[in-house]
Amino acid sequence: METKTIETHHVPVRYFEGGKGEPLVFLHGAGGVTAEDPFLAKLAEKYHVYAPLLPGYGDSQECGELREMLDITLHTWDVVAALGLKDPILVGHSMGGMIAAEMAAIAPNDVSRLGLICPAGLWLDDHPIPDIFAMLPYELPAVLFHDVAAGTALMTAGVALDDPEWLKGFLVQNARQLGMAGKILFPVPDRGLSQRLYRVKAKTVLVWGDGDKLIAPVYAHSWKKAIAGAELVSIPEAGHLMTLEKPGHVAAALAKLG
Amino acid sequence: MKFTWFNLMPWPYLPDDFREKHRSVWVDIDSRLFDPAKSHEVYNSYMDMLEYAGTLGFDGIGVNEHHQNGYGIMPSPNIIAAGLARRTSDVGLVVLGNSIALYNPPVRVAEEFAMLDCISGGRLVAGFPVGTSMDTNYCYGQIPALTREKYQEAHDLIRRAWSDPDPFAWNGRYNKLRHVNIWPRPIQDPPPIHIPGGGSVETYDFCIDNTYSYSYLSFSGYIRAKALMQGYWDRVAQRNAPDESPYRAGFAQTICVADTDEEAERLYSEHVSYFYNRCLHVYGGFADAPGYRTIKTIQTGALSQYAPPIGGYSELTWKDLIEQGHVIAGSPETVRQRMEDLIKGLNVGNIFCLLHVGNMPMDKCMHSTKLFAEKVMPHLRGMFPDYKDDNRFWCKPLAKRVKPGSLPAEKEIAAMVGGKD
Repeated sequence: METKTIETHHVPVRYFEGGKGEPLVFLHGAGGVTAEDPFLAKLAEKYHVYAPLLPGYGDSQECGELREMLDITLHTWDVVAALGLKDPILVGHSMGGMIAAEMAAIAPNDVSRLGLICPAGLWLDDHPIPDIFAMLPYELPAVLFHDVAAGTALMTAGVALDDPEWLKGFLVQNARQLGMAGKILFPVPDRGLSQRLYRVKAKTVLVWGDGDKLIAPVYAHSWKKAIAGAELVSIPEAGHLMTLEKPGHVAAALAKLG
Repeated sequence: MKFTWFNLMPWPYLPDDFREKHRSVWVDIDSRLFDPAKSHEVYNSYMDMLEYAGTLGFDGIGVNEHHQNGYGIMPSPNIIAAGLARRTSDVGLVVLGNSIALYNPPVRVAEEFAMLDCISGGRLVAGFPVGTSMDTNYCYGQIPALTREKYQEAHDLIRRAWSDPDPFAWNGRYNKLRHVNIWPRPIQDPPPIHIPGGGSVETYDFCIDNTYSYSYLSFSGYIRAKALMQGYWDRVAQRNAPDESPYRAGFAQTICVADTDEEAERLYSEHVSYFYNRCLHVYGGFADAPGYRTIKTIQTGALSQYAPPIGGYSELTWKDLIEQGHVIAGSPETVRQRMEDLIKGLNVGNIFCLLHVGNMPMDKCMHSTKLFAEKVMPHLRGMFPDYKDDNRFWCKPLAKRVKPGSLPAEKEIAAMVGGKD
């Protein structure tokens, strides 16, 4: 994947681009995405992939002007326009799925294919989503992965907790990335989307890991009910970060969008 | 010097195995550890202590705001301050403070502080903290990255609500009010304002620009505070503030006084240990929500003030706590020397004396407080002769104040209204 920057109304936006085929825009989750992400590589086998970073993610510039859901939804439309795309396949993972669904609800005639990978944005009182903002790094793998041991190894590669410089870098990255994510996910990741989902006209595929311990699979049914005609693909032995655990399976599920 | 007797109001019945059995004293602390019937006595004896301190020559008595917190059972300091306003007559009422981003709308703070100032005859010293991440983000749900912007707007709104004599419209980002016109208005114009901070340059500048006193309310003592306070004074010099008055700064310090150093350890060490081991047992995930502190602050290397020392507090013995300055304890002479080091070293004119510690019973607390007031405080009074008339950061009570309970006798009423006795 190539790393590029594009100007938008509010802020220059970093994005990764690669692959050949139909244009597909991928919106990352609260943990961000890198150019080396195996899921992007998988998608690039079939599509022309654009993966923009939300301001503050990776090395991208922060944007104080983006404060709430509508700001972020419209900004992401600005990104699609700046990339010169019209009705790309729109795919989002977790927080990115929430943004993608908002985009499809606010401009239903501009999105005809929507892929939602265990999206955030709904809240069920009987199934509260664990508070990732109140978790210490070592506690995250247990809620993010099906295979916790493998997930832990993945997350702790290159970690040097006893190095103050590493720690400072980590805290700065957290403040930039999760600080931004918090604007739509903190303290409860519900910004009223359930009232707007009826507007979505896109052909929609929902992909959920059977072993998702962050946003439990029961949420998939609420999404399916809220978007007319949505198709649900369940992936066995996959957790919330199934784009890392099962990139091939997730990409295959999205192929149902045509 | 301005000495404030400050009470955090810790819950004194946290069990011995609190650290082992519970993950946090704050945010998700087990509600079953709170006993409402016992709290009746706890609240009243704490308020008695504050009032007692008010009779001993302290300049102020102080309260603060925490939520869902086992070491601070004061979600509303204004309720306590209202009680104190009626039962004290001369001492300053230091409310340090109200987390103004949490009040909806924030004119509520303008109103309640005005009420406190009016009831007390101009004795209010007001504090506007951003609030800890535990209180502000985790308990009260404010979005971390927007907390400071919301705080700033609340501040601007409160200041204008106090000073603008006419009704005005407020079209803020976080507050839309068509008719702001608070009633009552404070006696002091405005009450002195203290801002608790944790080392961010933005807060230094905010205090310098507005002539507010910067206070560092840490529990880790004056030795560790040196770098942070020096950062503040460097900034004061850099920004060409008109003076370096020590009253531009305040510091909270845990203090225990006994007749001798040995006696101090014997009397107080278990209560100090209770505070540092149980009361400060905060789950790390609640210490600092991402986005709550600015990038600039993180980059200056300031760790959250709630970050425990490496290894945690449990490994610190009484000797460690004393030597590292977390606690100043000992005979009046020992405490006096150490307080001088603190006051000179940090250049602070406002001292928030944490003389009640952990689960300290009232008799010990009175003993320590009285010794401090009589045998330590008088020797520290004249430390900043150049600034002895600097009253910018302290309350200015009305010269003539009423006493509570001054209704006419029932007998006189009968005569006044023409009744027969």
